[in-house]
Amino acid sequence: MNNSEKLKIPSPAGEEKKKSGSYFDLAIIGGRVIDPETKMDRMADIFIRDGVIIKVEKTKDKIKARKTIDAKGKIVVPGLIDMHTHLREPGREDEETIYTGSCAAVAGGFTSICCMPNTQPPIDNQETVKFVYQKAKDAKCKIYCVGCITKGQKGEELTEIYDLVRAGVVAISDDGLSIANSQVLRNALEYSRMFDLPVISHCEDLNLSACGVMHEGFVSTTLGMCGIPSIAEETIVARDIKLAEFTKARIHIAHVSTEGSVDLIRQAKKRGIKVTCEATPHHFTLTDQIIRTFDTNAKVNPPLRTKRDVEAIKRELSDGTIDCIATDHAPHSIEEKEVEFDAAPFGMVGLETALGLVVTELINKKVLSWAQAIAKMTVNPARILNLKAGRIKKNFPADITIIDPKASWIADPTKFQSKSKNSPFGGRKLRGKVCCTIVDGKVVYEG
Amino acid sequence: MKLKSKHLLGLEGMSRKEINLILDTAETFKEILSRPIRVVPTLRGVTVVNLFYEPSTRTRISFELAEKRLSAEVVNFSAAISSSRKGETLKDTVRNIEAMKTDMVVVRHQASGVPYFLTQCLDSSIINAGDGAHEHPTQGLLDLFTIREKYKNVKGLKVVIVGDIKYSRVARSDMWGLSIMGADVSLCGPSTLLPVEIDKMGVKVYSDLNKALVGADVVIVLRIQLERQKGGLLPSLREYTNKFGITKDRLKRLNENFTIMHPGPINRGVEITPEVADGPHSVILDQVTNGVAIRMAVLYLLSGGEGKVE
Repeated sequence: MNNSEKLKIPSPAGEEKKKSGSYFDLAIIGGRVIDPETKMDRMADIFIRDGVIIKVEKTKDKIKARKTIDAKGKIVVPGLIDMHTHLREPGREDEETIYTGSCAAVAGGFTSICCMPNTQPPIDNQETVKFVYQKAKDAKCKIYCVGCITKGQKGEELTEIYDLVRAGVVAISDDGLSIANSQVLRNALEYSRMFDLPVISHCEDLNLSACGVMHEGFVSTTLGMCGIPSIAEETIVARDIKLAEFTKARIHIAHVSTEGSVDLIRQAKKRGIKVTCEATPHHFTLTDQIIRTFDTNAKVNPPLRTKRDVEAIKRELSDGTIDCIATDHAPHSIEEKEVEFDAAPFGMVGLETALGLVVTELINKKVLSWAQAIAKMTVNPARILNLKAGRIKKNFPADITIIDPKASWIADPTKFQSKSKNSPFGGRKLRGKVCCTIVDGKVVYEG
Repeated sequence: MKLKSKHLLGLEGMSRKEINLILDTAETFKEILSRPIRVVPTLRGVTVVNLFYEPSTRTRISFELAEKRLSAEVVNFSAAISSSRKGETLKDTVRNIEAMKTDMVVVRHQASGVPYFLTQCLDSSIINAGDGAHEHPTQGLLDLFTIREKYKNVKGLKVVIVGDIKYSRVARSDMWGLSIMGADVSLCGPSTLLPVEIDKMGVKVYSDLNKALVGADVVIVLRIQLERQKGGLLPSLREYTNKFGITKDRLKRLNENFTIMHPGPINRGVEITPEVADGPHSVILDQVTNGVAIRMAVLYLLSGGEGKVE
């Protein structure tokens, strides 16, 4: 399926090591290097030692490195960051573990992923954060923990946020559940401001979404299914923006899905409110029409919306209102999804199709340039989460993804590294393939 | 002529020809039903499972009678006594039933899309006997049959469907069926019970019953359920009756030779007065009679039968 050549990885240059005192562990040569932060987009070679980028320049000298990767014809970008991943450990290790999730991540070109705290039990205390970081030691990529805003995700009492920060959480969120009580969210925003910690909000008025299983619109009307109206999201986006403005805290709106939501966020940004947001590949690719075949793998929350919403998401990705592209990777077992549409859980896996969809739907369709797209998957989430990642720059960790932009492949969920296969993209032809994923200077995946 | 699919999941997307084939075939069966011996050997050796996950009296009995009058072997299954109570998935349940060698499955389920789901996991012919608020195709067909029987032609008739459109699978199947056959369809109900963008189905939408009824030939009255009041969609049934109840007085706006229909079960005194339900223009019981003939026609055609009944 991969039309392009395999990467050529010559054997270690042992002789050179002996001859010269200064050598590198890894050199990536001849690729088109994109670093969105410095707006670099040119042919360059990258030299890595001890897991750190030492220099980025075009060199004519003989390369002295133990290992050299020939990236000719490839695009070399900072390792991708997914700020919205569900890893299911602890609690549902049958669907995904931190390890299998990390395998899926590196196969998708991600070198850092942020695990959402709606595990069983939820990540709402220091011990659970420590458990995740302990498990993360064996992972193929970097795992960052997002902690709960409220104890047990109940939307009532704040978690010990200082404790969570000391344990290393990079943000807090009650993802999956919207905080209905505005006073609780106000307190969370004011309190987290002390730590410059972003609050990630899943915006959904649960009274408005009620029994809904898909977007409320013509398709839900035809199918006779209970709908989730756009206003279920938009009313809470509006409220959260007001709370962020009032508290002067940072809020990040997760997985925006409607035209109304992105309009609100665009206006808020114009007024200088500290709001950022993300969109998922499925929300810029699919519409509610796909539900006509009752495919439970397309049942997600927020639901797939209309063509008009998809166009708005693309427009605001292009205009910069939408800062990040995040997967909302949500593994579910086959037996949980192979049921009546109403009974199936929400969520689809996304780590292994995200880049392909970005290339196919956004870059190749001229919605975003390579640099813009990569920024939304690297430096932008890194800035929001204060991560030392997402750059190809001297002294930064050597987290790097090498992409074959022309390679075409067919998405095949049965071959996913993820433990779960719940993707509606099976059989879809995609462009842009991950050739190599490098974490701290080590090759962790070769495609 | 044969039907295109071996399943009947809904009337959406069917052709006028196919619907006419079913209606014509049902006419033959209706004639058979009027004979002293009402049983034909057409489906001898065919096993039909009636899979009812939702309570039903009329539809279940109608299907069972249709099957028995075609000499099919009939197995009834209802959720109350099924293994679904023991945590078995729907897929496992139906595959187990099919493993006992069945040919056709008639399914009623509270979730939209279940009949389609069954086509994905079974080889049997699937007949939708009502799924969620999606479709109830045999009801739509029997309504068409009843209208055609009285007016000879459905085309050009003005039909008003009144009531809880949002949660009604009958309304959807009627809308598709009537539109395909060329009727002029209007909907009328409280704005909270009209689903969004319903007008895109090519129907007129009213919340003023008096306006909707002007010049109509057929009124299809839907059952209004008490749950709608609990769900906050209606302040009270009393208020519904005042604004949307079909009373003798309101019928003055209709064409002279008008018809009153109702898929049942009726809430007498709520959506329709007994006087109208039992009045000379009501064909509510004819609908029930025709239901058996329609279901015989559907079973016969889906089991591979062609237009002419031997």
